[in-house]
Amino acid sequence: MMREQLEDLRTRVLAELEQVDSLSALEDLRVKYIGKKGELTEILKGMGKLSPEERPVIGQLANEIRQKLEQELEQKKDALEKAQLEARLQEETIDVTLPGRPVATASRHPLTQVIEEVEDIFIGLGFEVAEGPEVETDYYNFEALNLPKNHPARDMQDSFYITEEILMRTHTSPVQARTMERKEGKVPVKIICPGKVYRRDDDDATHSHQFTQIEGLMIDEGIRMSDLKGILLTFAKEMFGPDQKIRLRPSFFPFTEPSVEVDISCVMCGGEGCRTCKQTGWIEILGAGMVHPRVLEMSGYDPKRYTGFAFGMGPDRIAMLKFGIDDIRHFYTNDLRFLEQFNRL
Amino acid sequence: MRVSYKWLSEYIDLSGVTPEELAEKITRSGIEVDVVEPRNRGVTNTVVGYVESKEKHPDADKLNVCTVDVGETEKLQIVCGAPNVDAGQKVPVALVGAKLPGGLKIKKAKLRGVESRGMICSAKELGINDKLLPKEQQDGIMVLPDSWQIGEDVIPLLGLDDVVLELDLTPNRSDCLSMMGVAYEVAAILGREVREPDLTVTEQGDEIDPKVSVRIDAPDHCYRYSARLIENVTLGPSPMWMQNRLIAAGIRPINNVVDITNYVMLEQGQPLHAFDYEAVFGGNIVVRLAQEGETIVTLDDVERTLDPEMLLITDGDKPIGIAGVMGGANSEVTENTRTILLESAHFAGASIRKTSRKLGLRSEASLRFEKDVDPEGVMRALERATQLMVELAGGKVAKGISESVLRGQEPAVVELNLNRLNKFLGMTLSRDTVADILRRLNFDFEETGDQEGTVFQVKVPTRRQDIRLEEDLFEEVARLYGYDEIPTTLPVTVTTPGSLTREQYLRRQVRRILNSMGMKEAMTYTFTSPSMADDVESVFGNLENSDYQPIPLAMPMSEERSVLRVNLLPHLMETAAYNRNRRLEDVAVFEVGNIFLSEEKQLTSLPEERLVLGGLLTGHWVGDHWLQNRQPVDFYLTRGILDALFERLNVDEISYRPVSGLKGMHPGRTADIYVAQERIGYVGQLHPEVQKKYDLGETYVFQLELEKLFARVKDYEMYRPLPRFPAINRDLAVVVDGDLAHADLQAKIREAGGKWLESVHLFDVYSGEGIEEGKKSMAFSLVYRDPEKTLTDEEVNEVHDGVVRVLEEAFGARLR
Ligand SMILES: [Zn+2]
Repeated sequence: MMREQLEDLRTRVLAELEQVDSLSALEDLRVKYIGKKGELTEILKGMGKLSPEERPVIGQLANEIRQKLEQELEQKKDALEKAQLEARLQEETIDVTLPGRPVATASRHPLTQVIEEVEDIFIGLGFEVAEGPEVETDYYNFEALNLPKNHPARDMQDSFYITEEILMRTHTSPVQARTMERKEGKVPVKIICPGKVYRRDDDDATHSHQFTQIEGLMIDEGIRMSDLKGILLTFAKEMFGPDQKIRLRPSFFPFTEPSVEVDISCVMCGGEGCRTCKQTGWIEILGAGMVHPRVLEMSGYDPKRYTGFAFGMGPDRIAMLKFGIDDIRHFYTNDLRFLEQFNRL
Repeated sequence: MRVSYKWLSEYIDLSGVTPEELAEKITRSGIEVDVVEPRNRGVTNTVVGYVESKEKHPDADKLNVCTVDVGETEKLQIVCGAPNVDAGQKVPVALVGAKLPGGLKIKKAKLRGVESRGMICSAKELGINDKLLPKEQQDGIMVLPDSWQIGEDVIPLLGLDDVVLELDLTPNRSDCLSMMGVAYEVAAILGREVREPDLTVTEQGDEIDPKVSVRIDAPDHCYRYSARLIENVTLGPSPMWMQNRLIAAGIRPINNVVDITNYVMLEQGQPLHAFDYEAVFGGNIVVRLAQEGETIVTLDDVERTLDPEMLLITDGDKPIGIAGVMGGANSEVTENTRTILLESAHFAGASIRKTSRKLGLRSEASLRFEKDVDPEGVMRALERATQLMVELAGGKVAKGISESVLRGQEPAVVELNLNRLNKFLGMTLSRDTVADILRRLNFDFEETGDQEGTVFQVKVPTRRQDIRLEEDLFEEVARLYGYDEIPTTLPVTVTTPGSLTREQYLRRQVRRILNSMGMKEAMTYTFTSPSMADDVESVFGNLENSDYQPIPLAMPMSEERSVLRVNLLPHLMETAAYNRNRRLEDVAVFEVGNIFLSEEKQLTSLPEERLVLGGLLTGHWVGDHWLQNRQPVDFYLTRGILDALFERLNVDEISYRPVSGLKGMHPGRTADIYVAQERIGYVGQLHPEVQKKYDLGETYVFQLELEKLFARVKDYEMYRPLPRFPAINRDLAVVVDGDLAHADLQAKIREAGGKWLESVHLFDVYSGEGIEEGKKSMAFSLVYRDPEKTLTDEEVNEVHDGVVRVLEEAFGARLR
């Protein structure tokens, strides 16, 4: 009698289990049949009426059935949970190709980028960054640099004067003169001087009345022209790539002797020859030279004992070459479509 | 300087060196050759023709039918439209099959029914710059000298087989403003000899004295004046070879006498002037300074007003020329001139330079004089020109030279120490190498030396005024030896740490912080217009109420860029307007730059340069996005950016204080920014009228004085231990008067909260329904903590109730 009841319970539970499609239904099923107050417990309440011989047999059968059912229910639970997770993941699927939430970013001005890059290269070579006023005295801008009044080379840099003795600096070289003076003859002097400079030029694609410049100066005992070449080659390689070469061409600046123009391998064609380099494979990016003995003397350095080199470059020109910019005025117009193109940190 | 290759080869053997190769060599050793320009622009097959006859074209008024002899058995019939063509002329004829510049090919043709075989050419058609030709040669066909052989190729005759090298001379190499100077330079490069022209003069006339006298009354402006007298000259055109060379150099031939002075100037670098002797009163030359307001009509027929710094050539009675700049019209050489007074002088460069500047009058002569001309050139040029006048103008030279010599110059002796040279260049050049270079330069030298090494005592010729120091000689050696040969080394010195200063570092930080929040860096001009300078309050205050005025440039290029900025904002506002005009309406930019301040009307010392951060936001912060709506920029966004900046720079004690009356700013939406009790700038909305003027929408701006800000930056801070005891949070919502400032309320809460109050955070501001008119509700969340122990609810309640009471008493606040 009890055996039949148990067998019947098993059959019904297994049949019902087939139909279960949710975790809550499964739980209901478990409570109904094999929970503490479930049908199985009810049936087993009749155990007391059984003969001692029947009791262990039925007991074993009941245990088998309970284990079997628990096992089946557990399997069903796993399957249902898995299906449910899958359904949830399906539901949670989004269009990952939609644009992300905007997070504000912006960049430094391209000239700032170039200036900082140059600064960092020379800082790595042991230079300090020195700065000075944009409004200068005629003395520091010209005379201390071996450009006395009425010197024919003043032609080359027509200037914005404020009074006869005060003007907008035409180069950052006055910072060199000021630094030397401040150092009172101490060595080494190793500085680079970035900043804005001003010249009387009509603004067009390649000229700007305001632009930027970085000049460098090194003074010590035993500085050679070959050292100038070495430092500039190191710079060119760091700034424009390890395959860079440099070439010196004789030139003239009143504050250096000898003076040279420095060409680097064309950044556009790598030296093969193209429109940018006028088919020469070289582009001019620097003016340089050995510091003129009179400049050393005027700033308190004995030219018989100390030598040095100086160089100057234009970040505007370098940025134009590096980024392929065709009009210098872009730097000062601040068209957002221009500024946005330099979005690197 | 335009250098004719053919002309140059008269002074130095150029065989085996093409013009292109020569240009490359000159450039590599110091003087840049800008252009190598063949004079022949594409003329072929063009010969000298003789016009035997000219008849009117039967069917065309303006055409002539010419019979031309080109040296062949058959005469050519050529139709020609030039009005000046005539029988008896020698003319350039482009034969059938010839090519002319611009790709024109000459073919047999019929013009209005008449056959034409060839073309009679104008100078322009032959590719010659006709601006350099005499007037009569500019219109119509070119008329050639009678002496030219019929049938001869015109290309060499017109000098079109020549090539011009255009040198871009640096100011120190004015020695190469002459063919001889270039010859010496090329000699040094190629290692070849220079051939000086012969300077022998045959004197056939009477003594020059007393026909001419010379006196210098301005010894600081004129060092030497030498003159010759050449009588019985016949004026006429100069020979074609001379004209060709002048044209190649870019100078227009005029007549034989003037051409000779120009020719010799180009050859020797020494400008000359020829006066009509008859116009020089008594033949007396007096060199003196002008009187204030004195006038002279120069050769270009312009009346010039002079001042006492300008040097004049006079005849003791009237000015006859502005020394070294331009002659006077009153003494000009004309076709009637028979006697020439030829001047060769040495003027002070600075004087000529000043005069030429002031008058705005630059000539080939002034261009040379204002640099350092070779003082030795005076005699060379005088003799060379005199000799050519005899040769080409049939003159008779008076005996002797009339001159006044106040100052001469000996060649400078400069020492060149071989050891120093090698140490300077980082090379190991031998004595012989250096000696060879000095010889190639035509520099005389003596070699001395001891154990210390070789020393060259170099006698620098006067033509090289640029060489005065040992380093100048180092350059000569290095450039001629070749800069490519200098090795590449790194300095052997003590190592130094490179670094940024604190301010440079912080400036970089400011840029990066603002970038990271989406503000772009702009760079604008320092020069601005006086009207714009004052549109909006500067960071230091209002221009009108200050002693600062924008500093004006002495000679601005335009009104728009005539003063130095005292304010970064106007150009940022312009930037915003520029972009808005291009439909880029959302702008968030900043600039770090100097403003320039001085209280002096006329600067006697350098102005103050203050580093300022200016910022501007307009349009929207977040543009249209599928997840969120466009957010217009507002005050609180702008302030939020500044708050973040201060936070990241580690600046404490920032406060914003409402301020009305800042020029150009919205009176109810502007705050001064303080660090502790120091004002460092302001932030706010532009006044609607200013927005309108710049055609901008709602626009927020800020300006900060960076030096003041940086002074408050705490470079690092000590670590604070993490709290060991729990905090207790209490919210507080009070209703207060609508115009009560948050800062005041917050300050009161902090005061009343005592030492346990760790933070106060505003999380809601509300007015409207449920709150009576003119009031607002503000809700704060307060955090209490005692670092030493765990607070009990009772302890916190007591303090918190105290806060509420204080707010009630101070502001009439009531709990909500
Ligand atoms: Zn290239």
